[in-house]
Amino acid sequence: MTGHSAVGWVDIVVILGYLLMTAYLGWLGYRGTRSAADFLVGGRSAHPVIMAVSYGATFISTAAIVGFGGVAGLFGMSLLWLTLLNIGVGILLAFTLLGEPTRRLGHHLGAHTFPELLGARYQSKGIQIFAGLLIFLFMPLYSAAVMTGGTVFAATQFGVDFEVALLVFALITGAYVIPGGLKAVMYTDTFQGLIMVLAMIFLLWFTYTSLGGVTEAHQALTDLADLVPPPLQAMGHQGWTAMPAFGWGAPGYDLWWTVVTAIILGVGIGVLAQPQLVVRFMTVRSRRELDRGVAIGAVFILLMTGTPFTVGSLSNAWFAQHGPVLKGQVVKEIDPAKGHALVGLMKESAPGRWEPVINPKTQQPAVAPMLISGHEPVQDAAGVSLDLVSGRAPSVVYAKGDADQIIPTFINAALPRWFGLIFFLALLAAAMSTMSSQFHTIGTAAGRDLYERLTGRHGAEPSVLVMRIAIVVGLLVAVSISYTVRGEVIARFTAIFFGLCAATFLPAYVGGLFWRRATRAGALASMAVGMGVSLFWLLLIKAKEAGAIGLVQLVTGGKQSLLAGYPNWPSVDPIIIALPLSILTFVLVSLMTKPADAQHLARCFAPAQAR
Amino acid sequence: MIGIPDPLVLTAYLGCIAVAAVSVLYGLIRRNAAIDEVTREDRAWAIEEKRVEDER
Repeated sequence: MTGHSAVGWVDIVVILGYLLMTAYLGWLGYRGTRSAADFLVGGRSAHPVIMAVSYGATFISTAAIVGFGGVAGLFGMSLLWLTLLNIGVGILLAFTLLGEPTRRLGHHLGAHTFPELLGARYQSKGIQIFAGLLIFLFMPLYSAAVMTGGTVFAATQFGVDFEVALLVFALITGAYVIPGGLKAVMYTDTFQGLIMVLAMIFLLWFTYTSLGGVTEAHQALTDLADLVPPPLQAMGHQGWTAMPAFGWGAPGYDLWWTVVTAIILGVGIGVLAQPQLVVRFMTVRSRRELDRGVAIGAVFILLMTGTPFTVGSLSNAWFAQHGPVLKGQVVKEIDPAKGHALVGLMKESAPGRWEPVINPKTQQPAVAPMLISGHEPVQDAAGVSLDLVSGRAPSVVYAKGDADQIIPTFINAALPRWFGLIFFLALLAAAMSTMSSQFHTIGTAAGRDLYERLTGRHGAEPSVLVMRIAIVVGLLVAVSISYTVRGEVIARFTAIFFGLCAATFLPAYVGGLFWRRATRAGALASMAVGMGVSLFWLLLIKAKEAGAIGLVQLVTGGKQSLLAGYPNWPSVDPIIIALPLSILTFVLVSLMTKPADAQHLARCFAPAQAR
Repeated sequence: MIGIPDPLVLTAYLGCIAVAAVSVLYGLIRRNAAIDEVTREDRAWAIEEKRVEDER
């Protein structure tokens, strides 16, 4: 395949320059106003661009760009429904409906972390510990997704082994997050956010331009519908510009349930209960700052998720038109008029002699859907004449069927080398801004929500030590997961964490903001049900996750799901079951238990005090 | 329309742009609408937040 690899001195200079610039901005900020809290203490307002881009840079990571961009390359533009939810729910709804009540409740109760907010609202140490424990245990999974996203791209871009790229990525991350000093510097986040914006604008422009324009690009992708690989067609894939087939009770509808429940709903709704994003609302100066942030935040998210989802899908059209030429023997004609066929890929084993390419996963000859552009008579290894065809294929073929590889493979093959470097910096920026806040949240969950609550010692030196240790442990766990689990993990890990947070926290969080009748027992019960049902579903029902974990095989004697004989159930995401049950539990138990005392409720829902 | 035949995917494509446009309008219309004051409680919260940050 064409493309470029190996690290040159220019790459090293540019990356070092970027890291030094980040450190310089952090140092500048450290001397003066560095965090949202500083703006508040000083009575000043952060510029809405700084506030919104800083929030957005925390929200968007390599998981969205490489992971979900790659999923779009596999499943198509139906993923744009996730962008719609990211903007409509993650920005518009979150900023306008949840932002101000969260800020006010947090300030009334003196809460500084998400578990502390829940614990204080429901006057429950147990709730704070429960939430802190869940974050400490499961957030490293999301961190691993972000880390894998950056690592996969670096390995492809610079032509180094995944392990080497992971080590370098982990060292940079460790240097960034362990000292803790840069965690809240909004200028650094904003600088990183702006690099991401520039990279995405160029990527979108380049992709549409190289395919002849917006309509032409979409049409070219639409015309490739019959080149969807057969295993994806069997799941209900109807082309990259079409929704998957909808229905219930047959394997041909599995893709719809995966795309809509796990990817679109799981992540689109899950963002509302992300601990590291909820705390951002508490650091906002006023409702006005939130209102102003909506505009910039929405445009930022449109670029950050809309671009990779569109480009990921369009990469199929780009590879079919401009990708490296592949050769092989026709296995099955799909549409002879268009030159579409299933081709058994071949490689030249000796001059003039061709042999089949073996798929390392299946140990069978590799077969790919192709757009045929030429024929030539050759001989196989045994000297038998055959008609060798040449042509190009959708991106999933070049990425060897791994969604995580689609965006890196496209950038490497299609875009100029200098852009690959800029894109790498954008990914580094996206990863750093998200991971600094992830590890900060892991640290505070361990120190403030677990250690201080369990020991009763507040603000003590050991608590700081516990935070630092928790960050190091979280980092090591994330690196270990990235190292151990390979292949289409980025989007899956992200979706698991987002869905788990939604089912566990969303009813208690939103109910706590708006419903005076919500009780401690209701919140605790709904959190237990949400987490319990989610974990049960992930361990025993959802085939992809359960099969990978392995417990279900022990229980069922080798099946991938307890419901393996019931089509579509193993594709349904836990959020579809766990969130409604969690909401129901929250409402019923709250109504059946004694309300919180009036004095506490008056404090929670008090209007803003005078200056 | 614009090369996307499936109305649901087209809705998502145009919907993203439409929701972003609505958000921009909302931000512009309400840019000075809400009260913008820092209360004693807000400042006390921020001082504690800064103390917690500095400790780390």
